[in-house]
Amino acid sequence: MTSVTLPPVAWHAIEAFIVLNVLLGLVAYVTLLERKFAARMQSRIGPYYVGRPHGWLQPIADALKLMMKEDIVPTTSDRAVYNLAPIVFLVPCLLIFATIPFAPALGVADLNIGVLFFLAVSSLEIVGLFMGGWGSNNKYALLSAMRAVNQIISYDLPFIFAALVPVVLAGSMQMSAIVTAQHGLWFVAYPVIGQLAFVAFLVATLAAENRVPFDILEAESELVAGFRVEYSGMKFALIQLAEYAHMLGTSFLGALLFLGGWLGPGPAALGPFWLLLKAMVIFLLVTWVRWSFVRIRVDQILAISWKLLMPATLLLLLATGLVVATRGAGGG
Amino acid sequence: MAATQTQQVVEVGYGGNERLMMNMGPQHPSSHGVFRMILTLEGETVVAVDAVIGYLHRCHEKLGESLTYVQYPSIASKTDYVAAMTAELAYVAAVEKIAKIDVPRRAQYLRVIVAELQRIASHCLWLGTWCLDMGGALGGGATVFLYCIREREMVLDRFEELTGARLLYGFHQTGGTRYDMPAGWDKKVRETVDFIEKRLDEYEAMLEDNTFFRVRTQGVGVISREVAEAVGVSGPLIRGSGVAYDVRRAEPYSSYGDFDFVVPVETAGDCYARYRVRMVEFRQSIRIVRQALDGLPEGPISSRPAVKSVAQVRVPKGEGYTRIEGARGEIGCYIVSDGGPKPYRLKWRGASFSNLAVLPHIVPGHKVADVVAIMGSVDPVFGEVDR
Repeated sequence: MTSVTLPPVAWHAIEAFIVLNVLLGLVAYVTLLERKFAARMQSRIGPYYVGRPHGWLQPIADALKLMMKEDIVPTTSDRAVYNLAPIVFLVPCLLIFATIPFAPALGVADLNIGVLFFLAVSSLEIVGLFMGGWGSNNKYALLSAMRAVNQIISYDLPFIFAALVPVVLAGSMQMSAIVTAQHGLWFVAYPVIGQLAFVAFLVATLAAENRVPFDILEAESELVAGFRVEYSGMKFALIQLAEYAHMLGTSFLGALLFLGGWLGPGPAALGPFWLLLKAMVIFLLVTWVRWSFVRIRVDQILAISWKLLMPATLLLLLATGLVVATRGAGGG
Repeated sequence: MAATQTQQVVEVGYGGNERLMMNMGPQHPSSHGVFRMILTLEGETVVAVDAVIGYLHRCHEKLGESLTYVQYPSIASKTDYVAAMTAELAYVAAVEKIAKIDVPRRAQYLRVIVAELQRIASHCLWLGTWCLDMGGALGGGATVFLYCIREREMVLDRFEELTGARLLYGFHQTGGTRYDMPAGWDKKVRETVDFIEKRLDEYEAMLEDNTFFRVRTQGVGVISREVAEAVGVSGPLIRGSGVAYDVRRAEPYSSYGDFDFVVPVETAGDCYARYRVRMVEFRQSIRIVRQALDGLPEGPISSRPAVKSVAQVRVPKGEGYTRIEGARGEIGCYIVSDGGPKPYRLKWRGASFSNLAVLPHIVPGHKVADVVAIMGSVDPVFGEVDR
């Protein structure tokens, strides 16, 4: 092959292109997975007719339908902000995949500050979300955007603290180093600290992804559809895509930080498969919660975060630091 | 108390923040029909609510005056279309009262069976939609909703076997019932209620053991005993506020005196209390259905010959008011007869209409999310509110 002659930048571009496309396909089929899973929980069948067996073409049909829909821009909206919002919302959600290694040295960029990059970029989505809520010039959307700011600010800190526990245990912010440190003992199995951190991570994940019981932003029974109430067609599709990409990204992060990433039995080539499987386990856990809980109120959500989750994760992080300091860093 | 009796929009002051008027309804995912609430918000907190009804007005009472006593019962079911059996019953009971028509015991028992089955079906729908309000169509609420709809469907199947219709039945007629039960129907009804009784345990386990459900309902939308009595709410609402009032017990009709059942009372007055009341009512209805099936007497199902023409039932001059305990509370029907084949005047007392009047007293001070929880716990059906 002529790989030697290509400059490294081009290689990165090609890698990013492949990851992006695989990701988009994955996001589409994750929605099918969720719908089938939810249907089983509710004693339904779920998508069935579009593509036998079991509606495997449904995500494609959904995407096509949304693409062909009329794009409506409300006359009273702030056009520029309204049109830009879905893109601003989507970009950080796709960007977080840049640092995720799918196997040793298989990823766009295995940064030495991978976890930090992920956390920083993933909380940027709030900007697009608020732009959408504000630009729509709709009261439901505005209320939703206000809720979003409240919630994301409250839950980013516990999310970061919970995600930092494996970082401290592994002594590195590089994703691949964290996975390597889990040889022998996945961090979720680390006595006490691991389980607590994993639970805190899952709860914070639910909130960061705006999923039930923390989905007060879209709260369709109160705010109709929240910040995206005015969006239709492809813009709506972009917002949906961003949400699911974010969810998928966080599931991958959980699998890498707590469930040993690509580690698993069999040859090393099976690594990406194990990682995907573990990410899907986390995704289904989140889905399971989503389809069995009722939504809680905005003040209760804030109370949970500031009164319970925040001090708990902070203490947990301190405890982890103490454990590592007494034991000497370097992973289990 | 005096302040609330004047029926003003109650305002709660929250210190000069900017206010936002928000329309909830008439078309809104959780308006349970077409109902408009104009909310005044300070941030997330509701400081005032203005309830607007009338979007589903169909001149029901005028319609009743232009249809004969034979025709109207099947239209009466369209007032409260979620619990159609009970509305029909109120109408025919009023006609029977004026005309002093006796109802055979078998017909009375059949009326009790369908009324209680209807209460079960209606409460199924209430539980499902209420959880849908709190959990959302893309969340846990939808799961409860689909479970409840599945159980309601079983009751509707029994009604279909009995009357041929699934929603609006035309089962009652002056002097008795129109249909007798088909062969084997009682066995199927027993199986249905046995099944639903088991499912109720599942719902209770799913909801009451769930902290999120409890924090959303406990202490939310408290109706004090005084407000409940002053506004005139009835049904599960007043029983949830500590008043043991049930028409079936206070003024037994259709031989309700024969049956052994408990009138559930909760004192808290919040959404959770109303939920508990309805969950006990589910079980009591099942008890009554079983007792009525056990003691179902033989005999005719109507004291009058089968209907041959629309003007067959003539009612002497006079007036009568009957009240029955519907799924949502007290349903009253007032008829003035001038001796013709049609009522001279017909007036409904819709349980939902009176229950809805409590909203301005309890909603202000709550968050937006609580508004839908409270609305769901009031369980209005707008066919009955607007008539």
